Amino acid sequence: MAEAHNPDKYYVPHGSKWPVIGSVAFLFMMTGVSAWLNGSDIGQYVMFGGVAIMLYMLFGWFGTVIDESESGIYNNQVDKSFRTGMSWFIFSEVMFFAAFFGALFYARSFVLPWLDGQSNNFFTNLLLWSGFESSWPSNGPANVGGDYQVMGPLGLPLINTIILLSSSVTITIAHHAIAEGKRNIVLAFLGITVALGFIFVALQAEEYIHAYQEMNLTLETGIYGSTFFMLTGFHGLHVTLGAIILLVVWIRVLRGHFTPTGHFAFEAGAWYWHFVDVVWLGLYIFVYWL
Amino acid sequence: MKRLTTLLLAGFSGAAYADWDVNMPQGVTEISKEVYDLHMIIFWVCVIIAIVVFGAMIFALINHRKSVGAVPDTSMVHSTKAEIVWTVIPVVILVAMAVPAAETLVKMEDTRNPDITIKATGYQWKWHYEYLDQDVSFYSNLDAASNAARQLDSGIDPETVPNYLLNVDKSVVVPVGAKVRVLLTSNDVLHAWWIPEFAVKKDAIPGFINEIWFRAEEVGTYRGVCAELCGRDHGFMPIVVEVRPAEEFATWVAANRADADDQPQLANAVN
Amino acid sequence: MSSATHAADHHDHDDHGPAKGIGRWLFTTNHKDIGTMYLLWSLLMFFVGGAMALVIRAELGMPGMQFVQPDFYNQMVTMHALIMIFGAVMPAFVGLANWMIPMMVGAPDMALPRMNNWSFWILPVAFGILLSTLFLGGAPAGGWTMYPPLVLQTGDAFPMLIFSVHLMGISSIMGAINIIVTIMNMRAPGMTLLKMPLFVWTWLITAYLLIAVMPVLAGAVTMLLTDQFFGTSFFQAAGGGDPVMFQHIFWFFGHPEVYIMILPAFGIVSEIIPTFARKPLFGYDSMVYATASIAFLSFIVWAHHMFTVGMPLTGQLFFMFSTMLIAVPTGVKVFNWTATMWKGAMTFETPMLFSLAFLFLFTIGGFSGLMLAIVPADFQYHDSYFVVAHFHYVLVPGAIFAIIAGAYYWLPKWTGHMYNEKLGKLHFWLTTIFVNLTFFPMHFVGLAGMQRRVPDYNVIYADFNLIATVGAFGFGLSQLLFVVVIWQAARGGKKATAEVWDNPHGLEWTVPSPAPYHTFDEPPTIGDLDDIGRLKGT
Ligand code: HEA
Ligand code: HEA
Ligand code: CUA
Ligand SMILES: [Cu+2]
Repeated sequence: MAEAHNPDKYYVPHGSKWPVIGSVAFLFMMTGVSAWLNGSDIGQYVMFGGVAIMLYMLFGWFGTVIDESESGIYNNQVDKSFRTGMSWFIFSEVMFFAAFFGALFYARSFVLPWLDGQSNNFFTNLLLWSGFESSWPSNGPANVGGDYQVMGPLGLPLINTIILLSSSVTITIAHHAIAEGKRNIVLAFLGITVALGFIFVALQAEEYIHAYQEMNLTLETGIYGSTFFMLTGFHGLHVTLGAIILLVVWIRVLRGHFTPTGHFAFEAGAWYWHFVDVVWLGLYIFVYWL
Repeated sequence: MKRLTTLLLAGFSGAAYADWDVNMPQGVTEISKEVYDLHMIIFWVCVIIAIVVFGAMIFALINHRKSVGAVPDTSMVHSTKAEIVWTVIPVVILVAMAVPAAETLVKMEDTRNPDITIKATGYQWKWHYEYLDQDVSFYSNLDAASNAARQLDSGIDPETVPNYLLNVDKSVVVPVGAKVRVLLTSNDVLHAWWIPEFAVKKDAIPGFINEIWFRAEEVGTYRGVCAELCGRDHGFMPIVVEVRPAEEFATWVAANRADADDQPQLANAVN
Repeated sequence: MSSATHAADHHDHDDHGPAKGIGRWLFTTNHKDIGTMYLLWSLLMFFVGGAMALVIRAELGMPGMQFVQPDFYNQMVTMHALIMIFGAVMPAFVGLANWMIPMMVGAPDMALPRMNNWSFWILPVAFGILLSTLFLGGAPAGGWTMYPPLVLQTGDAFPMLIFSVHLMGISSIMGAINIIVTIMNMRAPGMTLLKMPLFVWTWLITAYLLIAVMPVLAGAVTMLLTDQFFGTSFFQAAGGGDPVMFQHIFWFFGHPEVYIMILPAFGIVSEIIPTFARKPLFGYDSMVYATASIAFLSFIVWAHHMFTVGMPLTGQLFFMFSTMLIAVPTGVKVFNWTATMWKGAMTFETPMLFSLAFLFLFTIGGFSGLMLAIVPADFQYHDSYFVVAHFHYVLVPGAIFAIIAGAYYWLPKWTGHMYNEKLGKLHFWLTTIFVNLTFFPMHFVGLAGMQRRVPDYNVIYADFNLIATVGAFGFGLSQLLFVVVIWQAARGGKKATAEVWDNPHGLEWTVPSPAPYHTFDEPPTIGDLDDIGRLKGT
């Protein structure tokens, strides 16, 4: 035992069944959803089976890590590995969103003007889309998806912005509190953060329903609908994920897992939360506002 | 190693001298000749650099080997002077290359004031041509002989098929010396319209129109292919352009007009 | 929880050997085991992708359709590329990173051992799904570039293509994160960044590229998926989208991707040449800066793959200039390698031979790359076999040769036995002759007007295609020798010393051969690298 706990040694686990289980989960999820999209009903069951395995794996894997961390075999170097790893993971997430923002900017500043005959596309407009005039938002020269209303920056989106911004305030307060070991304050403000997160998601869902039912604004609404729902949709998924992470952290705080110095999981969750926050600001400005 | 290298260089310069089977065609337009020159310049630049760099390597390989009793000069690990030299020289070479390339490119992109304008639309797997001012339009498919020969185990020897896979049932006809503008688009997937002898290649993109132009200076028949993967028969939708004297072109148009008394539609609209 | 159960699974690493049976490979968290799995996987995929290449070459052996239908031909081309790139080259580099980086920086293992295992075990799933499409009504046939609208005609294989690409992305991102964290956080005390071996440096930068662009590819294929199944209009003009937009997003990933496939190769060669020239690497610092500048430039040249899509003139000019610039840092590398050999005392063991071939042949591939950058000329080269020649020169005698060189170089460290030098040299000469026989003639047919991605061609291209086909089969068969050499070395043979070569540089040579299951449980202290590092002699 002494060996394993030796703090000046980097902890290297010996064998783990979780990764392979995760791969099996992927196998079921990906083949399942493929079959489903190809129109076979069993596909969805296979996929949900995979999701179940994935959840089992995540519980098991993180459970193991939490236990190890609790038993104190992680030294600072291990902690640093987790931090560096988490920050690069967030960077990869940023790049994923960058692809969709890129699509938005490219469509707005190049494709639509070209379709309306600008730059070297005189004939594109004259022969193929005569009469089309570039503007934003747009569902394209063929009015794909039919007439629609634009989702403006006020109302729900504004409320959601306020919610997310205040949530990053509350989590910062919780962060300071955890560093000072004030557990109840942590529980209170982290709890508020999680709540705000789920409220945000609920309102987002409300907004979607409104868009689909009253505004005829759907995924099919040309490039505007595509970028709108893909960007806000993926962001919504990330908020949900972040809220779940923070919920887990909240439970761990309840169980007294963290010390003023050792609370990486909390910080990771906080970083992730700030990341979805920043993405939202980008969304609010470029998708709702401009 | 040395043998190999000289062999490779020989191969390259072979490419330079031999006829159009191993090298880019010079083509029959002013532009295509410029492109050919650019190609040869950059090629020789590379050959010369290769001779210098590979020369140095080969010299070292011969003289600085243990078997000939060479002792390593382990103090030789860095030289700012050398670093600067072999950074600056390439930069100079590249700038010198970029200038003429840019000039030619600017000319190639100038599609204004054409004598005739043809709209070419890619289909899986054939081309449709529409002479916007002459009211001539038709489809152009792979010719029957090639099509028969290219079937799996057709038993027909491609050698016996004239212009195998490079021939069509109805070719594009244009007047010699005229500036021909081709408007490219597609009806389904991406295609690309390529005639090596005119040095033109552009993609045909559904929903957009790309412009290219050429001015063929020699009467003749020039063959090209679809140069963008477009599915099963991508390899089987060639392009043939016949460059004819102006009067022959006129008679061809007269013979192929859909309706003799049709007004030119775009003559003015087109800038 | 009770620490008792822990005692079971992780007490004293030091004398903890490998687990028994299949479990060792399924559950392992050991960087050497995982490295071995990656390398064997890559070899397997190289043969599968190669077999597909042989189908391609067989059909192209002579004019006329002899063996396969055009659509199956396109499936072979598409799968060949995807398998070689994501299944052979990238896993080979990750495998080498797994094996060598912890030993090179004096770390007990990779920083995140469990995730390391997952990165590998996702691959068989990804390629299982991708390859299964061959038996489920046809594999993807739209080219590895997956351009819409064509790729949307793929049929049932379509979602499987998309999701396997997602999985490959997840795998590479996790692998890259692991490598970065290991390099940033696990270096032995005293090994400052500028004391790291160049292989570590190139991998650090490659890992950064991977994390930056794999998510973008994931985004691109996700848009394909939603365009196909959920009615979005990203790539349809009618809805205000543009098929060319996909190409921009794809190549924003795709061009860095090609450097992902060459930077670690640069690193390997930069380890091998100094060893056999018996001379420290020339211009270490400038090598590092050159690698960094190549990585930076690789983000602003992507549209050189799209000169024919009808970009505005300014765009074409910008991408031409930025692309040409890359010749400069790459040149710096080539010159540094030459200077490293200069006034050295060279011997020509197999790793050195492959590295030398890399030097000459990669440079030739680089030259053709530079020619491709000249936009007016590229209008002639684009989508012709000249391009195919270019990228096989940089990928096969480039990436693949470097991988083979690395394998020979470190094989004794892995197995504890010297490989059969005679067979190695034979493998080298056959491979090098055949590789040129295969790919050099492609320059000619390309310039002469033969387009890519076609199963049949006019008779004027017959001779060179026949040569290429002969070369390909020769090349392929020569690779069986490689397998024999590896097999022999794994089974037995002359015992290898710890140093293996004539005092090579680097920590990996300070541990016995074969490297024990756990190395550097206690980090070595690197005061001054004189005995083991590149600083020797400076
Ligand atoms: C390992 C992979 C790899 C590498 C390293 C490169 C390196 C380069 N590539 Fe290549 N490329 C590919 C893989 C790679 N490429 C692939 C896979 C494709 C096709 C994708 C597809 O369509 O399927 C492609 C296609 C491709 C195209 C598109 C062609 C077309 O489709 O029309 C272009 C155009 O510019 C290009 C350019 C270059 C350049 C300028 C370099 C430069 O980095 C080369 C720099 C090196 C040198 C120049 C030689 C050494 C330098 C010196 C000795 C110094 C002195 C030299 C001079 C001053 C000239 N490449
Ligand atoms: C790292 C990447 C990589 C590697 C290593 C290779 C390796 C090879 N490639 Fe590659 N190739 C690409 C990447 C690569 N290729 C890409 C990206 C494309 C573009 C695809 C596209 O257009 O979308 C392409 C396209 C491509 C084409 C053009 C197809 C077309 O445009 O129509 C051709 C044609 O000759 C070709 C040939 C070869 C050959 C002969 C090899 C040889 O080096 C392979 C040698 C290896 C072997 C042969 C394996 C040895 C196996 C055995 C000896 C046993 C085999 C088993 C049986 C026979 C049962 N490749
Ligand atoms: Cu049409 Cu290729
Ligand atoms: Cu590129």
